[in-house]
Amino acid sequence: MKSFTYERAETPAQAAAAASKPGAKFLAGGTNLLDLMKLQIETPTHLIDIGRIGLDKIEPTPDGGLRIGALVRNTDLAADLRIRADYGILSRALLAGASGQLRNKATTAGNLLQRTRCPYFYDTNQPCNKRSPGSGCSALAGFSRQLAVIGCSDACIATHPSDMAVAMMALDAVIETVKPDGKTRQIPISGFYRLPGKTPHLETNLDKNELITSVVLPTPVGGIHVYHKVRDRASYAFALVSVGAILFKDGGGRIALGGVAPRPWRVPSAEKLIPKGAKEFASRLMEGARPTKENAFKLTLVQGTIEGALTENRS
Amino acid sequence: MKFEKPAGINPIDQLKIIGKPTDRIEGPLKTTGTAKYAYENNQEVTNVAYGYILGSAIAKGTITRIDQSAAKAAPGVLAIVTAANAGTLNTGKFYVSRFLAGPQIDHYHQAVAVVVAESFEQARAAASLLKVDYKKAKGSFDLDAVKDLAQTPPPAQFGPPPQTLTGDFEGAFKTAQVKLDETYTTPDQAHAMMEPHATIAKWEGDKLTCWCSIQQMNWGVRDLANILGIPKENIRLIASYIGGGFGGKGTVLADLVAASLAARAAGRPVKLALQRPLMFNNTIHRPKTIQRIRIGADHDGKITAIGHESWSGNLPGGRTEPATASTRLLYAGANRMTRLKLAVLDLAEGNAMRAPGEAPGMMTLEIAMDEMAEKLNMDPVAFRIKNDTQEDPEKPGRKFSTRKLIECLQTGAEKFGWEKRNAKPGSIQEGQWLIGMGVASAIRGAPIAKSAARVRLDSSGKITVETDMTDIGTGSYTIIGQTAAEMMGIDLDKVTVKIGDSSFPESPGSGGQWGAASSTSGVYAACFKLRETVASQLGLNVGKAQFSDGKVSDGDRSFALGDAAKNGDLVAQDEITYGELSKEYAQTTFGAHFVEVAVNAYTFEIRVRRMVAVCHAGRILNPKAARSQVIGAMTMGVGAALMEEMVVDKRVGFFVNHDLAGYEVPVHADIPYQEVILLEDIDPTMSPMKAKGIGELGLCGVAAAVANAVYNATGVRVRDYPVTLDKILKNTI
Ligand SMILES: Cc1cc2nc3c(=O)[nH]c(=O)nc-3n(C[C@H](O)[C@H](O)[C@H](O)COP(=O)(O)OP(=O)(O)OC[C@H]3O[C@@H](n4cnc5c(N)ncnc54)[C@H](O)[C@@H]3O)c2cc1C
Ligand code: SF4
Repeated sequence: MKSFTYERAETPAQAAAAASKPGAKFLAGGTNLLDLMKLQIETPTHLIDIGRIGLDKIEPTPDGGLRIGALVRNTDLAADLRIRADYGILSRALLAGASGQLRNKATTAGNLLQRTRCPYFYDTNQPCNKRSPGSGCSALAGFSRQLAVIGCSDACIATHPSDMAVAMMALDAVIETVKPDGKTRQIPISGFYRLPGKTPHLETNLDKNELITSVVLPTPVGGIHVYHKVRDRASYAFALVSVGAILFKDGGGRIALGGVAPRPWRVPSAEKLIPKGAKEFASRLMEGARPTKENAFKLTLVQGTIEGALTENRS
Repeated sequence: MKFEKPAGINPIDQLKIIGKPTDRIEGPLKTTGTAKYAYENNQEVTNVAYGYILGSAIAKGTITRIDQSAAKAAPGVLAIVTAANAGTLNTGKFYVSRFLAGPQIDHYHQAVAVVVAESFEQARAAASLLKVDYKKAKGSFDLDAVKDLAQTPPPAQFGPPPQTLTGDFEGAFKTAQVKLDETYTTPDQAHAMMEPHATIAKWEGDKLTCWCSIQQMNWGVRDLANILGIPKENIRLIASYIGGGFGGKGTVLADLVAASLAARAAGRPVKLALQRPLMFNNTIHRPKTIQRIRIGADHDGKITAIGHESWSGNLPGGRTEPATASTRLLYAGANRMTRLKLAVLDLAEGNAMRAPGEAPGMMTLEIAMDEMAEKLNMDPVAFRIKNDTQEDPEKPGRKFSTRKLIECLQTGAEKFGWEKRNAKPGSIQEGQWLIGMGVASAIRGAPIAKSAARVRLDSSGKITVETDMTDIGTGSYTIIGQTAAEMMGIDLDKVTVKIGDSSFPESPGSGGQWGAASSTSGVYAACFKLRETVASQLGLNVGKAQFSDGKVSDGDRSFALGDAAKNGDLVAQDEITYGELSKEYAQTTFGAHFVEVAVNAYTFEIRVRRMVAVCHAGRILNPKAARSQVIGAMTMGVGAALMEEMVVDKRVGFFVNHDLAGYEVPVHADIPYQEVILLEDIDPTMSPMKAKGIGELGLCGVAAAVANAVYNATGVRVRDYPVTLDKILKNTI
């Protein structure tokens, strides 16, 4: 681990202001950041511990939605009765992720910003454009079974590993932030993540020193909420494919995917095809896919998983 | 004590303490976190420094230069060991890989340097400042690509001969009425034990003491002496508790060598643990195999020809994965052939992992048997029973000491409800899940080896046992204590068991499923001697003296056991050695595995729903410990079946998924209810304990039973492990 300085912020404003320091990073639950620091993949020179700045509540918004503080733990979010009643997809997605111990530490903002699980990203001997821009992508012609089939580029085929973010994508969540100068803004999750293009090291549209303060869920939309995460073992593994679906009585719905792209994958314009069945919808949703030989099976798996979800919840 | 004739009645047969499902005597230490594992023995050393290994960034080539300037100047750095200053290093006698690269690099993550610093973090940070220049060379990383270059290996110390031939295999196979000729693969697998390889090394003059985590103390001393070029007498190894090994800690690996060298260089005790990625690419693993199995039978299902060939790869001089072992003994058939081939690969060394050879061999043989049963239109249980043999099929006339494979299969079938299986694949569905059932036989050799122990009696009637046996989580402490208690007629809590120290009398350690049977027999021998000493001290006739309830008595004369040590502790030491019984009899353990799986009809996710194992493995010394061994093995078998694979990047030459996030092993949610049935068995040809091992038997066949159940559920036959959903998807479109 490289040496770094550490400070504990007491308020969001203080944390935001401290982030103007070069090389600074926020430390929330630390379940991702500290691992990456031990491997010298992340090398911040200053850590701002935001564990005690508050922002740990889930509060109703005036228009009937919920505002989730950035520091709300994944366990608490998944267990919240309002979330379970009206945003079941989010609760299910959270519980499909990581393990009980990790979810006790992991925070809402940290979860959104967790980094990829591409195995080459974790081995600093190997070229990786995301870790070391311009060095090349080891995965493209290497071990890519787990990696992205759509939205990826020749520079990077990593997936975004979050389950929570898939549900938030289906829910049209909005991310709220504050910058060091105190300016705030709202970013819809559909515009939050970047596709890799030639710059896979840039993963979101956040500024380097921008603090996430909360995530807002719009008014509940009803429907049946499903989260099916497909993987080789039954728990404690990242998705090969995951399907987060909100299905409405009229046959319509919203469907977002995890495990297939550099960000939670959703194509709202394709959703009008949901009533026509998994095949038509999936082929539109996955239009432009560019799988490797090793992960081409994910295209079939996406369709099968959606079909299973539709069948089970429509019968 | 030399054991030459089948055992008669002896004190163990009282079964007052042996055979009882006793809790582990060291259990409370482990559950309270007070058992000290290698890295945790801080109380033994002062002024300890930390070592960190820098692994090679390339798989094959040479180091042209190491620029140490930045690392040397980094805070806290005490010493840096590389091939340039380490002195001559030899290799061990079991593991062949070289511990320090330079100038040549043999495999990825081979140690290039060991950095010693005041703190772990400083050592790690300094290691990353070493600038190593490499010259890459072309390596061989793909077994499929070099299969045809594979050679017949020389005969090995363990495992079957490289070639066996009985009768006319080729002829009989050609003319068989029903035939199977299929090729299967098993992947490189990691032991993935919880505790990393770790050592604290301390020099006092030319004497070296290491607190370490290895399974065989005697091999460890031998190998470390050889590697460092110092006398065996100058080395003491201590491994009181071991956090899992599965064969991956057989003897000396990089942590022991690196810590010893680092402690010498720094002039201080050094502690060093392998970082998780190094456990995959620096140490040893179970190597990939390609296996071709041919079975010929007549229409009635009698096997007439059985052939098993296996290809594996290794570093030059490394051993062959002996995957053909079980096929020599499991089923009848007059015409038989097995063949091993070995290719050169520049990956980390392949070596023993739980049931070496037998586990990967049974993964494939027992799929082949399932396929053959289907071709014959026979029930897979009935087909196996039909081909049972009561004598060594390669040496007619040589009997099995005990063999109840048929009972294992029948008992398991009944408990499991095998009759509910529909032979037609894909015919049972519950909701979105396809249900399938599978079976496999199990077989694993029952080796036994010489083993010594020392027992001490004090005046309070307490016994202390010392032997260099290890407990890798198996229950050695407990069964050794039970043996001594039974022999001396005292309660288990009157026995103190001291193991895992090379200064104690030599045992074969934990490995090859020989530990339990061997080490308890050594304790038996020592206790036998102590009984003689006790009897003569008390003026009793040893043949007649009864040892029970803490007393020694003969007729109306009775003494407290401790009375014999009134004038000082009594100490007896002995070693058990063996005659020819293991040649005369085929000594083997048997079993059967039954598995039910559910496969999602839309995604082909596979989940195991039920497992039943039946084992026939000699006298069960402690049914609770034995059951734990078997359920652990069944869990490992599910991993082998469904998820475990070290993925080789064939361009770079390394195992890519080198951590426990990428190398998946089963979690709780993967493991359903497991039933274990231990059949009554007493094998007097083994030892006075009449026991065999069970820890590896429990693994053999499990993966095939799972794979067969998946076939029964889906109709897709996957012959390349692990059986993952993509392989089923591919075949259903
Ligand atoms: C073994 C393991 C298995 C896992 N399995 C899964 C899984 O199956 N599914 C899944 O979805 N996840 C999984 N995870 C990931 C886990 O969900 C994340 O590690 C966790 O959500 C990160 O949250 P954290 O609070 O610990 O973040 P940290 O590690 O503290 O931070 C992560 C990143 O977010 C930044 N950050 C944190 N808070 C803010 C803020 N308020 N504003 C701006 N930046 C911020 C940090 O600077 C850092 O860059 C797994 C993790 C592990 C270790
Ligand atoms: S896929 Fe992305 S993260 Fe993985 S090696 Fe390529 S560039 Fe790195």
